Amino acid sequence: MEEVLFFLAAFGALGGAVGVVAMRNPFYGVLALIVHLFSLAVLFLLLSSAFLAAAQVVVYAGAVMVLYVFVVAYVGGGEESAWEPIPGQRFIAPLLGLALFVELAIAVLGSSLLALGTEGPEVKAGFGDPAAIGTLLLEKFLIAFEASSILLLLAAVGAVVLAGRKREGSAA
Amino acid sequence: MSIEWYVVLSSLLFATGAVGILIRRSPIVILLCLELMLNAGNLALIAFSRMAGNEEGQIFALVVMVVAACEVVVGLGLIVAIFRRKLPLDVDALRELRG
Repeated sequence: MEEVLFFLAAFGALGGAVGVVAMRNPFYGVLALIVHLFSLAVLFLLLSSAFLAAAQVVVYAGAVMVLYVFVVAYVGGGEESAWEPIPGQRFIAPLLGLALFVELAIAVLGSSLLALGTEGPEVKAGFGDPAAIGTLLLEKFLIAFEASSILLLLAAVGAVVLAGRKREGSAA
Repeated sequence: MSIEWYVVLSSLLFATGAVGILIRRSPIVILLCLELMLNAGNLALIAFSRMAGNEEGQIFALVVMVVAACEVVVGLGLIVAIFRRKLPLDVDALRELRG
């Protein structure tokens, strides 16, 4: 059962990723990314991290993707021209990507992490549930938590400054 | 499923995102491919967290999600600003900063 779910979710994640890269219309790219994110949430559940799976669906597939859809609808999903600034770019880039994958796979599978070939140790029932994550976040990683809240505030202010309309008479 | 399957899948997704960044020219699609790479990193972090048997890697992944949300907000703000100034939405046409 677990294997079936893994391969289904892996297929979905990979298909979504290829869709993002290959779709010529950015709007379909966003939809493919939503498929990808849902499949990743299934994989997170298989790795027994329930809270992260929920956050993935709510934050990513919900909020962030809505932002993307709004911006694509605002600027209009124009299709790219087939003009290539570097000749043969479309053929060389996948080769480079393949080389990157092979290198990463060799680095991971050749590493001396002994537990890599196992399913991981037995975990207790509450592994990765909101209570466990919240306790860690507010006790051991409090500084990271506060820093990320400041980062979110800065990003919100930055977005308003970048995309807001300029007032009349202010310096451009 | 053993952990290495997840990690290999994550490197495959990361390479796919990298290819997308190399071949696409619309800044929106480049941001989408950046999301692919960040999520591949998240998958690896959560797989390693499961391998180690503690939740600290999941906190790491959560912080990566926050950073990704900030990056999306700023990136989309830039795209809206580019569009408002009636500049082309093409990373090869916007080459003013190139030395």
